[in-house]
Amino acid sequence: MASPSMRWIDDGCNVDGGNPGLTREKLFVLVVADDALVRKVHEKLVSKLKVAKQVQTQTAANRKEALDLHLSGSSFDIILMDMQMPIMDGPEATKELRAMGVESMIVGVTSVDATADKEAIVEAGLDECLAKPLTAEKIKYLVETLERNK
Amino acid sequence: MDVAQLKRQLFEYTTLLFHEGFLDEQFTQLQQLQDENNPDFVVEVVSLFFDDSERLLNELATALDQQNIDFNKVDAHVHQLKGSSSSIGAQRVQRVCIAFRNSCQDKNVEGCLKCLQEVKHEYSLIKNKLEILFNLEKQILAAGGSPPV
Repeated sequence: MASPSMRWIDDGCNVDGGNPGLTREKLFVLVVADDALVRKVHEKLVSKLKVAKQVQTQTAANRKEALDLHLSGSSFDIILMDMQMPIMDGPEATKELRAMGVESMIVGVTSVDATADKEAIVEAGLDECLAKPLTAEKIKYLVETLERNK
Repeated sequence: MDVAQLKRQLFEYTTLLFHEGFLDEQFTQLQQLQDENNPDFVVEVVSLFFDDSERLLNELATALDQQNIDFNKVDAHVHQLKGSSSSIGAQRVQRVCIAFRNSCQDKNVEGCLKCLQEVKHEYSLIKNKLEILFNLEKQILAAGGSPPV
């Protein structure tokens, strides 16, 4: 089993005292994408955001790695699921995670021209669908939604 | 050349790349993700893009060389190339990929072959320009400065 990469970013000492939105203590995010470039960019994007005092990211390159992480006891606040993986089927992976009882926010990340995927997305049990490219604003929106639904 | 001159050269070169549509704001986003913890982030991501693209361009050439072209396969490769190019802000490569996908959907062999040539051309242009950009940054570092974001 390939070992997923894990990064622990402690932003505690850099907390922006003037940011009223920074109420979260911790944020755990899983980035699932088979393309190493996409994994790298999305993971970095999330880990740099000061949306919580501590942000921890992990990556998974395929459905199996994502499921294995959960089976081994990991849990996440947000799962960013790339929907464009040719080998790994994003909607299928989501269905399997939901069947396992995973209640995390699962966000499908797809291309702008893939609006037809929206039905598959809802059917699979995804909470949100975002178009690439992912931006700081889009991730912040997810965290805000997470806070609102707490 | 001193650091100030090199920095000015880098700034002008980068501005030109944006102005001519070679790069878009996604590249800026990548630059903003770079910091002292990951000082080579942009170079690393762009290297992944070069590796991905070269592999995909080879696969496309092979797929389009077949007697019976599998357009779904071709489309899947182009889709991936479009994805990586958009992730780094390689706008012109991305645009050709969009046209390429249309040719795939129309099962237009000539269109696909033409797009392959165009995408190879745009890829080699952006590769060359990014290498020049990174070289300028290296020169700035070597001269004792830090590259502007």
